[in-house]
Amino acid sequence: MKATIAKKGTKATMTIRDAHLFDPVQGLDTVTDVVLEKGMIARIGKSAGGGKDGRVLKADGRLLLPGFVDPHVHLRAPGREDEEDIASGTRAAASGGYVAVCAMPNTDPVADNAAVLQSLIEQAEAEAVVRVAFMGAISHGLDGERLSDMWDLADAGAVAFTDDGSPVDSGGLLRAAFRAAELVGLPLSLHCEDRTLSDRGHMNEGGVSAELGLAGIPCVAETAAVARDLDIAVFEGARVHVAHVSCAGSLGIIRAARDRGATITCEATPHHLLLSDEAVRGLDTGFKMNPPLRGEDDRRALVAALAGGTIDCIGTDHAPHAGQEKEVPFEEAPFGVIGLETAFAMLYTELVEDGDVPLETLVTAMSANPARAFGLPLPAIAEGEEANLCLVDTEQEFNIEPDRFRSKSRNTPFAGRRVKGQVRLTIAAGRVAFREENV
Amino acid sequence: MNKNLLSINDLSREEIESILVTAAKDFLELPKRDIKKVPTLRGRTVIDLFYEKSTRTSTSFELAGKRLSADVINVKADSSAMGKGESLKDTVLTLNAYGPDIIVIRHPHVGAPAFIARYTDAHVINAGDGKGGHPTQCLLDIFSLKQEYGELDGLKVAMVGDILHSRVARSNIAGFRKMGMEVTLIAPPPLLPRGVESLGAEVAYSLDALAGVDVVYLLRMQKERHGDSGMIPSLREYIARYCVGRRHISGDQRVLHPGPINRGVEIEAELADSGENLILQQVEAGLAVRMAIMYRIIVDSAAASAEALEAGAAGEDRADADIKNIRAVG
Repeated sequence: MKATIAKKGTKATMTIRDAHLFDPVQGLDTVTDVVLEKGMIARIGKSAGGGKDGRVLKADGRLLLPGFVDPHVHLRAPGREDEEDIASGTRAAASGGYVAVCAMPNTDPVADNAAVLQSLIEQAEAEAVVRVAFMGAISHGLDGERLSDMWDLADAGAVAFTDDGSPVDSGGLLRAAFRAAELVGLPLSLHCEDRTLSDRGHMNEGGVSAELGLAGIPCVAETAAVARDLDIAVFEGARVHVAHVSCAGSLGIIRAARDRGATITCEATPHHLLLSDEAVRGLDTGFKMNPPLRGEDDRRALVAALAGGTIDCIGTDHAPHAGQEKEVPFEEAPFGVIGLETAFAMLYTELVEDGDVPLETLVTAMSANPARAFGLPLPAIAEGEEANLCLVDTEQEFNIEPDRFRSKSRNTPFAGRRVKGQVRLTIAAGRVAFREENV
Repeated sequence: MNKNLLSINDLSREEIESILVTAAKDFLELPKRDIKKVPTLRGRTVIDLFYEKSTRTSTSFELAGKRLSADVINVKADSSAMGKGESLKDTVLTLNAYGPDIIVIRHPHVGAPAFIARYTDAHVINAGDGKGGHPTQCLLDIFSLKQEYGELDGLKVAMVGDILHSRVARSNIAGFRKMGMEVTLIAPPPLLPRGVESLGAEVAYSLDALAGVDVVYLLRMQKERHGDSGMIPSLREYIARYCVGRRHISGDQRVLHPGPINRGVEIEAELADSGENLILQQVEAGLAVRMAIMYRIIVDSAAASAEALEAGAAGEDRADADIKNIRAVG
């Protein structure tokens, strides 16, 4: 069982009438009806009629998309359930249109052995409203020195390995991890950072950090690590996912490694695609994360790389933090922002509406590509498939109001933004995971 | 003046000049009198909240408050509840409950003064925030230069030393430029921030660049911020190239330093003791300028709220709303 979900509630039986079905992988772009029966997509087509005993939901031409898959979230369980837990994190995911998320192992205790992973899977089976896939740690306790119980973790259901939050400093350990992962056929997701270069930095190093007097994290802290890590991956013929790419310089390195035959996926976050280090001027800790918001040139390069296919996944790096931890001067605040509940609307409004990125590219990067990268069920709008869908309203504008988040945390950089693309309904693994009031 | 003095960028050139006139006219001569106290801020309360070690700035603010007849309370990090795990927010909310008129804050982190301003009705004065800024130092330096040179427009200043770690450099580059001065930074590359060009100053790597300037502003070498691996090959090599002595100074050049000075590191002892430097004038100026700032920040805002009252209900509503906002944030 690779991605777990609570099997409570009934499987959806309903007719979604006059929806704009849009699934680039299926080549679907048409307004018609979809009939769900017991969680499965029974029929697609006009005047398919009502389901046998189901109700009818009038979509009025709104977009029906394959449900989203987030390759990078921190659910904070176990250890920091005051910030997020599996129930709240997956409810947040569902309200953002996600049907599956990959949870990071940098918890307390660390998910570096089968016992911790197994208990997390059991918890997800009891609480999760969308599928949760768990990644296991690369190193024992994230110490960067000894490999975790990688093979046991794989047997217990891990979908990948990562030390995310920390890089693997040692090239030797990284190589050993690639070789160990080969036995179980799982990829590594890498947080690429040379900590001797990012040393004590709080924001991107550049003109803004010079003016503010904040210690900087230079782009080369990322690019040098991407170069080394991918070199080792190419050498070992390993499968690798590069987490949260933030610098233009990383893109060329990724392309070059792909040209050398490596199987590489990579993600960018909504905040790195939409914000630059200018946003840090007000010293709002809602804009502090690692990697930091980069310069405008880097941001534009990421957007172009998403449109051009070098960046093939959107990952939110949803990182909940308690209010009191962020209500401090900038340098004292922890890194990280949440993103599950704002990702689609922000990206749709800022990138698709403005014509920078086609809708099909965004949808594929938020759904099929991350699902494939980590071997999760592919959300597909096709007859005979399990229903993993979301219905979004791309007409009605709304304000992003953190007080309405389902997440336990509020640390978003997008509070107050006026956007389109509100998720009205999410069906995950055949069950209604989220439904906006009055839908 | 605005409600708070958080950054030198909060002040226009006209406001700076007006504060300096107040300092010169009302407060500069005060230490020479027998009675060194004026009743200006009688009944007002000033809290000096210092989270970093400081001698001259804390002494200067304390004395400035006392000579204005304010009740001055010093809160130092090592003796405060901070050590008991209290957050800065809670410390300030607590202090605010005493109804202070001014909170002066020195803090190791950038933006701390703006941060606490969200949680207090008091006027907040930045007495140094990490590597961010030190606006009162900037004002007293401008004051000292004005006393010495009269006209500041076109004056050329070189700032020498550890620019990277210096909040004084950050404030003074902005402040000096605002007053029409030209600034050149002299430091080895490791002690200049990446993106230095955005600060709006010329950059030179050698003391040779001192030749063309009127004022030499030396900065302390902040070894404590250099980390374990260090940022320069060695202090010995730095001193050989960047320690400024009398031989570097020509006839009418004047030397400033915000203190504390490290004799033999950024300034040779002989220069530190010579009449070419204005270091002690800066200290004197600091007292007068800080008195002027505290006085003006109270008086200007009282005048502003009186104006608001005259403007009628709209003004009152705004003031009420401000107070409510502060409470809501708290």
